Amino acid sequence: MKSHWTMFRWLIWREVLLAWRRKTDLISALAFFAIIASLFPLGLDPDPRLLRPLGGGVLWVSALLATLLGFHRMFACDLADGSLDHLLLTPQPLILTIIGKAAAQFLLIGVPLILMSPLLGFQYGMTSAEAWQLTVSLVFGVPILILLNAAGAALTLGMHGGGLLSALIVLPLSIPSLVFGAAGNISLVGAVLALTLAFAPWATAAALRVSLG
Amino acid sequence: MLTAMKLECMRGNRRLFHSLTFSVNPGECLQLTGPNGSGKTTLIRILCGLQEPTNGNVIWKGADIRRVAEEYRSSITYLGHRHGIQEDLSALENLQIFCGLNGVEVGRQRAICALEWIGLPGRETVLARFLSEGERRRIALARLMLTRAKLWLLDEVLTSLDRAGSHSVRMLLDKHLADGGMAVVATHQELHLSQGPLQRLELAA
Repeated sequence: MKSHWTMFRWLIWREVLLAWRRKTDLISALAFFAIIASLFPLGLDPDPRLLRPLGGGVLWVSALLATLLGFHRMFACDLADGSLDHLLLTPQPLILTIIGKAAAQFLLIGVPLILMSPLLGFQYGMTSAEAWQLTVSLVFGVPILILLNAAGAALTLGMHGGGLLSALIVLPLSIPSLVFGAAGNISLVGAVLALTLAFAPWATAAALRVSLG
Repeated sequence: MLTAMKLECMRGNRRLFHSLTFSVNPGECLQLTGPNGSGKTTLIRILCGLQEPTNGNVIWKGADIRRVAEEYRSSITYLGHRHGIQEDLSALENLQIFCGLNGVEVGRQRAICALEWIGLPGRETVLARFLSEGERRRIALARLMLTRAKLWLLDEVLTSLDRAGSHSVRMLLDKHLADGGMAVVATHQELHLSQGPLQRLELAA
């Protein structure tokens, strides 16, 4: 058990270091999120009565698109230099490796994205209670999106046009979390997260084994 | 210790090899030779458990490697064609992270010593993207010194290494075999090992 924890820590450290050295990916995903969310108030009627009810939904869709952009290459770099083989050959179960990678992505992109969301919500004239509710729903929602993207990325690994195909797999699967999240129903988003945690890492592991075999 | 039982592998409808049976015991080295496309890399990947054979089993200490997967993975180290050195990490980080992921915590000083021995003195903190292919290969070789794996599975280990590099590989292999380790090495070049019996397995095209 102790050695699993050691490996888990090294995995997180590896992902953080790599993300720091490849900052552009990180920054572009976050900038994309901010820009998409800011375009809607500019394009729509600036009447706060119209914008306020839209805010939650628009921010959720923006988060969905930003994670799609940020994570469809989650395993591609590791595949290209051969380190994915070594990740599969570490003594810890592959499920833990996948959860570790997803956790690191959550820290790196998820947390800043969640912190940005209430600020962006104020553009829609949200009250602080509404902004708080949105933030909490994203705390549960963003991990769902990351886990689904990991499965999509693993399924389409090494394929031409894999990014687009991965989006076609991930977007329909994220509809439940989008519906519950945008409506602010946090307990249902939590339930979807539990369900995703129970299935997505296993699907990702199986897909990775097939992609490399 | 490591036994291959009647291994067979199909690629599409081409049969790469069939009824391969061999075993490697402590202190022994098996060299795989054969023309390009004869399945050396595939065989090594099957021995690692990265790929499933079409038929047959790989046995480790009497049990199928699929049954003892975690224990088996902690007993082997694999060095493939693409050696898994990350360009955005320095030599030292590559080494420490690789060992950490395999459950062996290696201190900075020990990692630096290993890199010095393998011929990368003073380049420990340079990002791997600024190193040459042969130098990256040497970082991958330094991993062999630091993990405590019993079985080494090495694919084309001598490519892009100069004469001194190839000599280091031979010294590492000799020491590993003398300590009771095992190795399966796919290479066309002569290994010239001084330790232990060298088995050869020639895969046909």
